Amino acid sequence: MLWEVDVHPRDKDGDHAARAVVAGAAELGIAGCTQARTAAGWLIEGDLSRADVEKLAAQVLVDPVVESFTAAEAGAAALIAGPDDLPTVVHVLPRPGVTDPSAQTAREAFAVLGLRPAAVRSVRKYWLPRLPAADAERLAWKLLASEAIHDVVIGPLPLRTLAGGRPWTFQQTTIDLEGLDDAALATLSREKCLALTVRELHAVRDHFRTLGRPPREIELETIAQTWSEHCCHKTLGSAVDHVGPAGPASYDNLLKETVFAATRSIRAALGAGDWCVSVFKDNSGVVRFDGDHDVCVKVETHNHPSAIEPYGGAATGLGGVIRDVLGTGLGAKPIANLDVFCVAPTDTPAADLPPGVIHPRRLLAGVVAGVRDYGNRMGIPTIAGAVAYDPGYLGNPLVFCGTVGIMPRGHAEAAVQPGDLVVVAGGRTGRDGIHGATFSSIELSSTSESQSGGAVQIGHAINEKMLTDFVLEAAQRQLFHAITDCGAGGLSSAVGEMAAVLGADVRLDTVPLKYDGLSATEVWISEAQERMVLAVAADAWPELAAVAAAEGVEVTAIGTFTGTGRLVLRWHEHLAGELDCHFLHEGRPKQRLTSSFARAADPPVAWRTTGGVADCLLDVLALPDVASKEWIIRQYDHEVQGCSVVKPLLGPGAGPADGTVVRGVLGDTRREESLGTLVEACRGCHDTAVAFAAPFVSGKDSLNNVFAWTDAAGVAREISIPPTLLATALGQLDDVRRAVTPDLKAAGNRLAIVGLTAADMQGSQLELAGHVSGGRLPTVDVEACRSACRAVAAAGRAGLLQSCHDCSDGGLAVAVAEMAIAGQAGARLELAAVPCVTDTAGHDHAVAFAETPGRFICEVRPEHAEAFARTLGAVPWAWIGSVVETPELEIAGGGGGVERIAIDRLARAWRREET
Amino acid sequence: MLAPRALVLRAPGTNCDHETAFAFERAGGLARRMHVRALAEKPAAADDFQILCIPGGFSYGDDIASGRIFALEIRTRLADALVRFRDRGGLVLGICNGFQVLLQTGLLLADAATGAPLASLAHNRSGRFVDRWVSLRAIPGNCVFLQGLGRFELPIAHGEGRFVARSPADFTALDAAGQLVLRYAVGADGTPSNPNGAEGDVAGACDSSGRVLGLMPHPERFVDATQHPAWAGRLDPAAAGAGLAMFVNAVKAVS
Repeated sequence: MLWEVDVHPRDKDGDHAARAVVAGAAELGIAGCTQARTAAGWLIEGDLSRADVEKLAAQVLVDPVVESFTAAEAGAAALIAGPDDLPTVVHVLPRPGVTDPSAQTAREAFAVLGLRPAAVRSVRKYWLPRLPAADAERLAWKLLASEAIHDVVIGPLPLRTLAGGRPWTFQQTTIDLEGLDDAALATLSREKCLALTVRELHAVRDHFRTLGRPPREIELETIAQTWSEHCCHKTLGSAVDHVGPAGPASYDNLLKETVFAATRSIRAALGAGDWCVSVFKDNSGVVRFDGDHDVCVKVETHNHPSAIEPYGGAATGLGGVIRDVLGTGLGAKPIANLDVFCVAPTDTPAADLPPGVIHPRRLLAGVVAGVRDYGNRMGIPTIAGAVAYDPGYLGNPLVFCGTVGIMPRGHAEAAVQPGDLVVVAGGRTGRDGIHGATFSSIELSSTSESQSGGAVQIGHAINEKMLTDFVLEAAQRQLFHAITDCGAGGLSSAVGEMAAVLGADVRLDTVPLKYDGLSATEVWISEAQERMVLAVAADAWPELAAVAAAEGVEVTAIGTFTGTGRLVLRWHEHLAGELDCHFLHEGRPKQRLTSSFARAADPPVAWRTTGGVADCLLDVLALPDVASKEWIIRQYDHEVQGCSVVKPLLGPGAGPADGTVVRGVLGDTRREESLGTLVEACRGCHDTAVAFAAPFVSGKDSLNNVFAWTDAAGVAREISIPPTLLATALGQLDDVRRAVTPDLKAAGNRLAIVGLTAADMQGSQLELAGHVSGGRLPTVDVEACRSACRAVAAAGRAGLLQSCHDCSDGGLAVAVAEMAIAGQAGARLELAAVPCVTDTAGHDHAVAFAETPGRFICEVRPEHAEAFARTLGAVPWAWIGSVVETPELEIAGGGGGVERIAIDRLARAWRREET
Repeated sequence: MLAPRALVLRAPGTNCDHETAFAFERAGGLARRMHVRALAEKPAAADDFQILCIPGGFSYGDDIASGRIFALEIRTRLADALVRFRDRGGLVLGICNGFQVLLQTGLLLADAATGAPLASLAHNRSGRFVDRWVSLRAIPGNCVFLQGLGRFELPIAHGEGRFVARSPADFTALDAAGQLVLRYAVGADGTPSNPNGAEGDVAGACDSSGRVLGLMPHPERFVDATQHPAWAGRLDPAAAGAGLAMFVNAVKAVS
């Protein structure tokens, strides 16, 4: 019997989902949708009486103070009837096979009451006014549902059972590569979504020729996963012949000879003082923290899944990087999350969207909600981030998620031992994330084909939280020899990597499944979330299993690490596949690429502004890159774990932080030019890292970022993202009580600028605001920048800084404005006092808004002025103003004019509250 | 004399247990974190403690509603043990998700006749999770935890924290009985700080004995001055945060 329970809010004003529908419909231009009602529905299948169902509803599903419910057999009229004026009922439900976290939780709750329904699925219900069918469809798909994961049913639900697949019967599939010419090989790679090049397929064919047999499907899939860009830095690890501004250069391995080389030479220079612990080899990079602990950091991208399903993509991106930290060494505790989103402007007209592209406003809201719901549930504070806006991100938004972790010293190294059990822990395996997998949408295929339902993973944060609690407890008791997360490539990648040297023998039929019907290959490559693989000594297994049971986590021994150097895959008594580990990990033919890069000359600077500095400041503060991200930050729990010291919004005026502080305890790259920017970026990373003695410890690349489509006129079009490099810096503070924040502290204090200003207007926020074009492109004078950083850090350590803020987007004027907003204090600035490189002299707007790197604004008490000057030494700096009582920013221009603007007005512009 | 013992009860998804245990220890108590399954297997273990705290988090994911399943576990497996705990003079503190759990277990603000909850914590008016600092005003009455507290600041971080009484009459009765002991107040800058649309600005409530308190703000996140968003250059970094007083009060009361 299939029952349905609908839970209704008692108070119409409390129906947030309904308000969102009405607002969204208006935005879509759908007339007549002036009111709506919603309900949270539950489909419950099993041998249950009406009394049972009503008990489940009353005890588990409904809050009697604020909600009421309707319970009936699925399809009953009582479930469809809405208020008279709202005759259209829309159901939105996860497709079969898509992870349904709340339904899983409901089943577990029902079990507490002793009732065990066979299946539960959640459904969102909406009652709307009478609408043309096309409008109802459009509203449902644009506003309520995501094509990748949902089914939509308008009108009564035709569902009478939730039953899914049947157990898979073993079948062996082989793929003969002999006799295929290069064109046929390319077709095979594309049709089977292998993403292997023809050269790589030649290597595979040659390998199997020596074995005298064709590859089995599961073997070819394993090779494809292991050799994917995602798993092995295919492009960055290539040999490259490059011609750039510095002349020709050749690399045998671009990554090793640039980024890795920087780290190697810094470590060599540090000698005995080397504080890198484990870099570029584990799931995250590990460095020393204090006598007892090391810290680790990793940033990952999750771009393509987020473009298809922003909420699920961002959530699982964050979930994956958290597991990277958890799966580092012998397990690290995640203590902070970071997120950076690159999206198209949120005011992009809907008409400009290529087909299949989600509007950037909805996309950004979705990725923020995904990080919020996953990070908050994990109990890991999301403490830092950024949003960058550019039209080039329209088809390929970038979603970066990072996690910082902490581990006891000595836990950074892990090694699998022969005879260890292969243990999978955490969530069950389903068809989640299997490329191109199709999963027939039983009875519910009326609206659209389920083409990519499998390609998007949905996270279930609570499973990952339980998994984390289990892993940290097991790590503390030293119950495993090695651990890694199941991310891209699923078990094939996780077990494959751990078994890279020893080999393993795995029984795929023993992997616990969410539902029946998965083939051996699907089990092996599924990217179902919230799973980790551990190497566990046989004598530690009983205790490990007990710890898992206490935390409610499922653990299963699915095989053994053998020592044979072979990866053997079985399904019951059948041999499903067998691969030589050496070939799998070392057999990929390296590619040799060519690249070039030429830097365009800087266009001459052209001033367009008619307003004063204050007017421009209001414009720049309201630009999306600069404006307050409070609406995002406040949705994240950035204080959980109780360790935050410098928060992302701080001071009495809740202004923006530079960095945040937590306590440790308690594009198509085959085109020569785009590859050229990549090579130049690697060279820049190397040189800058070496100059700052700041080694890279981990990294990630994502290189397929061209979005191509055919427009309505039949013209082939494409958008490439702007070349994007994200560098995440991690520093340490000896004593949190010495933290210096950017909010202005007290009237009477003096303001200094450290570092020289040049007319660096190209690419500036002022240029984005339309007040200038061209001019110099900022370049980093590494020596000057390093001396400025050292001097400012020394002043901070000496207690000479009341506040300090870096000059970044929007330059000096924005930096001072942000300090004043955060501190709710006024400031006086003399632009003529700002030390400049001669090409800036005289232009107030250039002084105020140039984005020359390597500059800081410092607030200093008058009595510390001399000591501050001594500490700065030969570094270029100057007094440029003071903190004042009047809540105004007073800007004295070079020509003697003075502009005044209230701090409150600046704050409103920055919060985009100005109309 | 042995230090008072505080049991910090966690469920899958609880995520403020470590810092809450830390707050009790800083206040001079001994704190132990325990999984609700472990306590359900041996409910008598609660007898070794004088203070029980249900900390913040997303118990069981809060996928259905905040605290619902944790409360269901307690009602079905631990009801007798917890009533005994309260009736023998034990103190019970529910923070954020723990407040939501207490209301649904009937340990706090229950109808004397039917045991039904007199109040609930609904979705924020904004419809969103929010993390911010709020100004609070305590009206302690007989509430053990809030003695000596007046106006102070704490952070809140929740999506479901809007206090709603079952009926206007229920609200009036609870108010008259002095059980609505913690209210969102007007901040130093004159702006009201009710972050979720709570009825009567209620941020926390206690039972008639004063020994069971539930609150949405997080006192364990302000036990040290450096946890305040504007501490740098304004507060003595060695000073305690306002939230520590609640833990100190509890520890002293059972010493």
